[in-house]
Amino acid sequence: MSTAIAEAEIHETPAESGVNYLNVTYGIKSWLLTLDHKRIGLLYLGSITLMFFVGGMAAVLMRLHLVEPQGALFEPETYNKMFSTHGIIMVFFFLVPSIPATLGNFLIPLMIGARDVAFPKLNLMSWYLYITGAAFALYATLSGGVDTGWTFYPPYSSLYSHTHVVTVALGVFIAGFSSILTGLNFIVTIHKMRAPGMTWFRLPLFIWAMYATSLIFVLGTPVIAITLFLLGMERILHVGIFDPSVGGDPLLFQHLFWFYSHPAVYIMILPGMGVVSELITAFSRKKIFGYAFVAFSSLSIAIISFIVWGHHMFVTGQSIYAGLVFSVLSFLVAIPSAVKVFNWTATLYKGSISYEAPMLYALGFIGLFTIGGLTGLFLAALATDVHLNGTYFIVAHFHYVMVGGAVMAYMGGLHFWWPKITGRLYPDLWARIAAAIIFIGFNLTFFPQFVLGYLGMPRRYAIYPSEFQVLNVMSSAGASILGIGYIIPLIYFIWSMRYGPPAGPNPWGAKGLEWTTQSPPLTENFETIPIVTEDAYNYPSEGAHV
Amino acid sequence: MSDLATHGAHPQGFAHQFEDIEQQRDAGRLGMWVFLVTEILFFGGMFTSYTIYRALHLESFVQGSHQLIVKFGATNTAVLILSSLTMALAIRAAQTGKKKGQIIFWLILTMILGAAFIGIKLRFEWYRDYTEGLIPGVHWFYNGPHAPGVKMFMCFYFFMTGLHAIHMVVGLGLLTVLVIMTARNKFSAEYYSPLEISGLYWHFVDIVWIFLFPLLYLIGGRY
Amino acid sequence: MSDHTEQSGHAGHIVPVSTYLFVFLALMVGTALTTWIAYIDLGRWNTVVALTIAVIKMVLVVLFFMHVKYATGLTRVVILAGFFWLGIMITLSCSDELTRGWEIVPQGWNMIVPIVARLF
Repeated sequence: MSTAIAEAEIHETPAESGVNYLNVTYGIKSWLLTLDHKRIGLLYLGSITLMFFVGGMAAVLMRLHLVEPQGALFEPETYNKMFSTHGIIMVFFFLVPSIPATLGNFLIPLMIGARDVAFPKLNLMSWYLYITGAAFALYATLSGGVDTGWTFYPPYSSLYSHTHVVTVALGVFIAGFSSILTGLNFIVTIHKMRAPGMTWFRLPLFIWAMYATSLIFVLGTPVIAITLFLLGMERILHVGIFDPSVGGDPLLFQHLFWFYSHPAVYIMILPGMGVVSELITAFSRKKIFGYAFVAFSSLSIAIISFIVWGHHMFVTGQSIYAGLVFSVLSFLVAIPSAVKVFNWTATLYKGSISYEAPMLYALGFIGLFTIGGLTGLFLAALATDVHLNGTYFIVAHFHYVMVGGAVMAYMGGLHFWWPKITGRLYPDLWARIAAAIIFIGFNLTFFPQFVLGYLGMPRRYAIYPSEFQVLNVMSSAGASILGIGYIIPLIYFIWSMRYGPPAGPNPWGAKGLEWTTQSPPLTENFETIPIVTEDAYNYPSEGAHV
Repeated sequence: MSDLATHGAHPQGFAHQFEDIEQQRDAGRLGMWVFLVTEILFFGGMFTSYTIYRALHLESFVQGSHQLIVKFGATNTAVLILSSLTMALAIRAAQTGKKKGQIIFWLILTMILGAAFIGIKLRFEWYRDYTEGLIPGVHWFYNGPHAPGVKMFMCFYFFMTGLHAIHMVVGLGLLTVLVIMTARNKFSAEYYSPLEISGLYWHFVDIVWIFLFPLLYLIGGRY
Repeated sequence: MSDHTEQSGHAGHIVPVSTYLFVFLALMVGTALTTWIAYIDLGRWNTVVALTIAVIKMVLVVLFFMHVKYATGLTRVVILAGFFWLGIMITLSCSDELTRGWEIVPQGWNMIVPIVARLF
């Protein structure tokens, strides 16, 4: 090993020669066969951005349709396909891989001081599995769509639907293996690849969040895989175990489905929480308040997420007994979530806060996630849920968590690490404007839906009573604003890749190993593997402004 | 840039992202164990469904279980356990630095036993199930007692043994690769990780069968 | 056994052939035993016995063939996590599927015993 270091020192340092992971090799083949975690992260970034805009298009069309009480654009069947496409693409092909597969892939080795993930070939294979699954889903969408909703509940999906259920389910099944392998890779990487001195309690909280997320990937995703396999068999061969005519129980599908899909909600939000922990500390120049609490709350969210799934089934004919058990357990998840919110807020207290674009997203996250989380408690309570289940209240609730939480954090993270990823800065003013537009558009879209749901407007319908029109128009107007808010970053990010001013290794003055290496980093990340001697977020103490 | 130096210091099979061969070995081992956990949950979805439906339709499941022939299930259990032994011995041969011929001998024996398992399954069980009309959705004319529940049981039987057999076939593929790698002198007493982690997989598939045998063939009693 | 302890570190423990053979024999005996007992009427205990033997066989394979007896604590935690999560899935699914039609939720042990009894 000593010879290796010596040789590295003799060579000119690549920072001076301008070599980095982006320009070390050229050509499409060097990207499609890359084993570099950073390039694979960018492959994911490109593909999930595409899926995000496909899913977003479906959402915008839905909102346009709902401007009129009788529906402005589509037949009801088409509307059903629209919301199914939106749900399937956004959940399985955008939100689940969003932060883990892009920022996680890019950052985990950099943050822990490793040259790459533990299994680079497996990492590349994950991406190929993902795009194969996405191709099936897109093909099904373009060739007629699917109308089961993203939940694929039988017996509708297995016996009655005349749409491309099997193709989409196969797509989700394949993409599921992408998640499994990504989670496996991250777990092993975090366990075995940490740099000398990088103990568990010196890890950035993003890593803890990614670790917790990976646990869910590994423990939950296989169950959705087998469940969709069983559904496919039932649909293709008309044999199966959810069919009531042979004594099967369609609700068993829901149990198995939600065993994965409820934790999947935390696959989406946990990485967001990890990103926000990084952003809050970096832009308030303070150590995180209660590091261990934030770290362990990630793990406890991952664990508790597996014991609450029955709250999706309160009104399905699930037994009273199970309803009680799941209602009680569901409240538990509020505890670690609240711990995080309190700790972020306490970190802000007396920090020297600056409001760059990433911080705007982080602050937006805290507020919107709190609303999304607290309305979740309404739904965990058995009696309130009976009133609210199946209404727009649910839609608003999970969009506050998924979009207000996960997507906000994803955007924040993307803005924060963009200079590291590309080596270039984006126009900060535009970024702040976009953040504000997204925040306004988001609230205008989804806050009226809380009211609509409380008033009793059911979800998944193509038409609605005319007294709900005002609120629906507000929501649709908000969706248009939100759409514009997402297009602006797309434009300036692409602009910055070519014209943005060079960022330097650490434009934010943030702590963390990823900021100690050049931007964009070397293929091997570090010239020599760093030795870690201090805790995470070791910012100068209060008052010592730089 | 330091590839030359690295290769000089490490045995073959070493991957650049690791610090040393020990870290690589640990990572591979942990990776396989985590993968096996995903397999537990993958098969677990079926086991959960089986558990519930068996409780709900006990008599049908007993009746369904009686459609299967215990002697083939038991024979296959023995075959698979023996193949686990030969797999363990193959790895031991590599660990103790034995000649490659010995490693290949045990690997091929394992493959023969694995193939025998699948052969018995196909020839004496699934083929017979087909002729007797016991395959739901493909060839089904069972009309004895508890017909709907027996159909459900047979669905479980084919899904579970089918998925298990697919895992066996994957295992045979892995073993083929291992034989080739061994023949090309890829392994030594210092580096035999692929052998070791493939062995873990093979033993896991054995364990799945250790549960499938009583659950499908025996439970509910044969008296 | 003790003369191998110095190798039980990272290079992988070398298990004596005699141990492998002994475990193999135990597994074969277990297979024979579980098959034999299936032909004896023990009522619901047939299920309990069959599953107990299966668990013992699994533990033998995991400990010796898969070298977990000589493995790190991390490996053990990983394996236990797998089974723990399988347990969550079975337990909570049963909490619904096997309690349908219960008009009231019973108290104390009666919350659990009737559900477990239905499994065997």
